[in-house]
Order: sequence, then structure tokens, then C-alpha cells
Amino acid sequence: MSATDIANLAGKSEFSEDWSADKQTYHVPWGKAMMWLFLVSDTFIFTCFLVGYLNVRRTTTDPWPYPSEVFALELFGHNLPLILIAIMTFVLITSSGTMALAVRYAHFRDKQKIFWFMAVTALFGATFVGMQVFEWSKLISEGVRPWSNPFGAPQFGSIFFMVTGFHGLHVSIGVLYLLIVANKIRKGDYDKKGNYEIVEITGLYWHFVDLVWVFIFAFFYLW
Amino acid sequence: MSSEADQNHHPIGIYLKVWTLLFVLSIASYMVDYFDFQGMLRWTLIIAFMLLKAGFIMAVFMHLVWERMALIGTVLAPPLALLFLIGFMISEGYYVFDARVDYFGQPEAATRIHVSDVLGTKH
Repeated sequence: MSATDIANLAGKSEFSEDWSADKQTYHVPWGKAMMWLFLVSDTFIFTCFLVGYLNVRRTTTDPWPYPSEVFALELFGHNLPLILIAIMTFVLITSSGTMALAVRYAHFRDKQKIFWFMAVTALFGATFVGMQVFEWSKLISEGVRPWSNPFGAPQFGSIFFMVTGFHGLHVSIGVLYLLIVANKIRKGDYDKKGNYEIVEITGLYWHFVDLVWVFIFAFFYLW
Repeated sequence: MSSEADQNHHPIGIYLKVWTLLFVLSIASYMVDYFDFQGMLRWTLIIAFMLLKAGFIMAVFMHLVWERMALIGTVLAPPLALLFLIGFMISEGYYVFDARVDYFGQPEAATRIHVSDVLGTKH
């Protein structure tokens, strides 16, 4: 960060200049501004889910299941609490790292590297969804349903399937989005204008999916 | 149209550093569960690690530190309204819980169920 960046964060008068009448407010490509606005709206959706969870967990008089036991796995002869979720977290963080590198290479217009880093990101994303499928199947086989479960409060199942399902849907859509954009990069669809903003916009969506997982991990799995 | 700072190529190091940091913070929050910290210590650590992770993802991976204040404000200010929703729901939650205990005779502290008691000791 340079001195200008720090001055920017401190909110010097460019803030009021940008919002003054009769001119463009956001000095970013319109696609990026729109993605940001979409992500803000998505923040509200996920927060509503998490607040719903907070409320049922606060109000139920049934015992809440122990998440670290429910999501434990036996690996190499050891019973490890919450291990699957920890691995899923690392997979998603790593995918965010590779996505950040794809965005960086977009500045250099390095098509090869953009394509491969986006493809690797999509692969990590697909791995994450695969592990989530495993997690769902395991819980369903143990009798966890959206309306009941053998480990305690029935709300546990409804919140689990709703929140992780909605997040998993976001990851799945993200994988498709990444693959489509990566393929267009490879084909050279953006060569004519030399404009690779789409990589950064896709990256914003992908990092957001990781961001939401940070909150789900803390509030649902660790709490 | 990109902001001035956008034209400067960020060195690869910052992404690797943040990635490592996120990894370490995730391990740390996993350790909170693994060593079974309870009470205030647990909640404080979980929330602190969560906010740090979210902050680094937004600041560096999503490039927010390099954006102008107009965009940063648009992204960060509206969700603050959600703090009211959270506050109201916590307050309401206590009320509903107490009502269930006081008027419906439901247990105030139900015994939690261990997974091993349901599925056998293997789990």
C-alpha cells in the first residue's frame, strides 16, 4: 500500500467528489460495479439465513447437536472432530488463492496463465462440492433430515441443508462461471479489445463464495 | 476506467502471504474446536479469526484497499443495517426461549446428545 492508498482509506474528500451530482460515481468498469452491488444483495440473503439460524438456535429448548462430533470422521484410525469441514475450508481458501493469481495475470494479459489458474480454481471448487455431496450423504444415511435428526434439535437439519445447500449452489454456479470464462479466454474472445476485466469480475464472485464460507464455518460448524 | 492503483501490478508476494495467513487462521480456528476451548474464550477466538479472515479476503483478494472510498462505502455501509436485525433477533430470541420455559414447561437446560450414544462408539 502506498501513501495514497492510506489516504484513500482515511476517506479524504474524493468520497464527496465522487458522489457529487451529474457525474459518474464509481470509477470502475460498469460490470465490476454491478457485480459488487449483486454481492451486497447476496450478503443480505446469506445474513438472513444466518440470522434465522441464530434465532432458532436461541429459541429451541431441544438440545443442539455437537457439530464437531456430527462432522467427525475416522481417518487413519483416529477419530478427528470436524476434519471434513476443515479440509473443505482449506480447499476453498486455496481456490481463492489461485483465483487471485488468475486476476493478477489478467493485468499482464497472460492468456495461458489466466486460463490455467481459472481452471485450477474451478477444479478446487468442484472438489469442494464433491466433499459436500459426501457430507450430505453421510448425514442423510445417519438419519439427519430437514425435519428431524437423531442428535437433538430438529432445527439442526433444516438449517444445515438450507445454508450449506444454498452455499453449495453458489459454488456450483461459480464453477460453471469460471469454466465458461476460462474457455472464452482460451479461445481468444477477449483478444480484440484486449479487455480482461471479466476475470476480475468472476474473481469477485468467487472470493465472495469463500467469504460466505468463513461465516458459515464460524457460526454453524464451530459455534 | 480502472482506478490508478489498478494499473500497478501488485507483486505476487502479497497474494501468497495472504493465502498463508488465511491458512494459518483456519488452522487456528480448527484448533479452537480440536482442543475444545469453551465459554468466552471460544467465542472470542472464533469471532476474531472469522473477522480477520473476512477482512483479508475483502481487502486483498477482492482488492477493496485499492478501490476508491465511493465503492468501499457502497459495499460496507449497507450491511451495517444488518447489525440491527441481529440485535433485535437476539433480544427476541431470549424472550421466546423464556416464554417456552415459563409458559410451556419446556426444559431450560436440555441434556445434549453425544453422537457416540446414537451411532455407537466407533463415531
